Amino acid sequence: MAESRAKPGLRAPQLFAGLLLVFLGAVPLLAAALGEPFWVTLFTRVLIFALAATGLNLVLGYGAMVSFGHAMYLGIGAYAVGILSYHGVDSGWLQLLLALGVGAAVALAVGAICLRTSGMAFIMITLAFAQMLFFLAVSLREYGGDDGMQLKGRSLFGALDLNNATVLYYLAYALLLVVLFGFWRLVNARFGMVLRGCRSNERRMGSLGFPTLRYKLSAYVLSALVCVLAGMLLANLTRFVSPSYMAWTVSGELIVMTVLGGLGTLIGPVAGAAALLLVEEGLSSLKLGVPWLDTLLNQHWLALIGLFIVFVVLVLKQGLYGWLVAREVRR
Amino acid sequence: MSAILEVSGLVKRFGGLLATDHLSLSLEQGEIHAVIGPNGAGKTTFINQLGGEILPDEGRIVFDGHDITHEPPFRRARVGLGRSYQITSVFDDFSVLQNTALAVQAHAGHSFRFWQPAARERALVDPAMAALAQVGLADRAHTPVSVLAHGERRQLEIAMVLATGAKLLLLDEPMAGMSPLESEAVVALLHKLKRQCTILLVEHDMDAVFALADRITVLVYGHPVATGTPDEIRNQPEVREAYLGEEGVV
Repeated sequence: MAESRAKPGLRAPQLFAGLLLVFLGAVPLLAAALGEPFWVTLFTRVLIFALAATGLNLVLGYGAMVSFGHAMYLGIGAYAVGILSYHGVDSGWLQLLLALGVGAAVALAVGAICLRTSGMAFIMITLAFAQMLFFLAVSLREYGGDDGMQLKGRSLFGALDLNNATVLYYLAYALLLVVLFGFWRLVNARFGMVLRGCRSNERRMGSLGFPTLRYKLSAYVLSALVCVLAGMLLANLTRFVSPSYMAWTVSGELIVMTVLGGLGTLIGPVAGAAALLLVEEGLSSLKLGVPWLDTLLNQHWLALIGLFIVFVVLVLKQGLYGWLVAREVRR
Repeated sequence: MSAILEVSGLVKRFGGLLATDHLSLSLEQGEIHAVIGPNGAGKTTFINQLGGEILPDEGRIVFDGHDITHEPPFRRARVGLGRSYQITSVFDDFSVLQNTALAVQAHAGHSFRFWQPAARERALVDPAMAALAQVGLADRAHTPVSVLAHGERRQLEIAMVLATGAKLLLLDEPMAGMSPLESEAVVALLHKLKRQCTILLVEHDMDAVFALADRITVLVYGHPVATGTPDEIRNQPEVREAYLGEEGVV
């Protein structure tokens, strides 16, 4: 919301957002320069989850719809790649078509049902649908069932060679930039105003004359499709698909990333995804040279992440990036 | 003049409580019609049924030729019914102008527009500024709503209804909690709006009601006990007993 109110000139939030995006753009170069190729894989993961969290943020942050089932769309994207690849269809375009088609159909149906509820009921019913899809994936023995399956190959998009880690990285980066730019336009356009109005006071939106359901449903579908794209990238990154991609814990992680970075801010989910995944990686492989401390940290890093989240939520309240934005508005 | 709103035999029960008791009422085009009554007389319940947030158990509501008895709030708004709330109900995340522009947007075509910044659409901003000027909030246009004073929030509430271009305004205690000076400004504004649109006014400020209303309906326990011009109402004994007698206490 603050983006629309920000005064011209470079201020802390914009500066931070710019630096973060420039840094993400430079990661493969830095990794090559420092001889740490693993960075590219790690940061591709960051970008993919940033994309998914950005998608979720459209409903969670801008529309106040707490979807606890968005991992399901990550799964749909991943399985569209996996299943077509299993049957020998490597064309990325066909996979994209199937993923978006199925994703839109599922989101439309699930959204139309879930959006008749709100609050706790909405959370539970989105979770229920995601669990249904999770167990459907588990039951697909042909496609690896519970264990998931290895992809025969990555998606083929013309000249783009996704087997090259740097190419895959920049594809994810470009998609993230496009979605961020699109959402930036969207939240300040008429559609975004309606969505944010619903977040603030849905009853009043109705009495003003807005058929709120169809706007919320459109936002839900749009948000799901962004997660579908993220799922396709995830399958290509890991060359593997598994029901675990749509476990309810993944839906929870997406929510945590969004809240951690800043609900209803453009860059918040990107900052949140980066912070969570990097802290996770850092803590689980930290070597301080003190054996007992290293063992403790490497085994109990999840607890430390919990503390980190509690700190951010209690002290910064609006999340990492949200805090910067709120500070700017207060001035 | 013809009736723009025709309410007949409206009944609403909350459990054993008869909140609206066979209420019939007809509003002439262009009039200011006040509904008064002691606390708990069912005035807000009545407005909520007109606005569509509560559905009546019995009866019929016909607005401008449309039977809206069972329509959801947004459809009623679409055919020209605008309402303000007793407890200010605005969008706290937005500026004064954004609030009002959103009200304009509700009636300016669909909102499936994903690209053009709404803040730069003249078709939204110009009518919104006009509505703000009418209520005297033009100089506060870019102020965040969260820092507005109570009286200003009430003014914004009215500006938003005006901005929808509604033919019938349902105003639920528009002057509640306003300073005498602010109330005076609202009375002057409603005077100006007379004939331009029809107004159903629920208000506790009796001076304002008697100064503004063309007709007054007195509601007691959800039932209209009298309808008439301010002079007729003033002189009815049962009205004095039911309501005006209380005035000294309130």
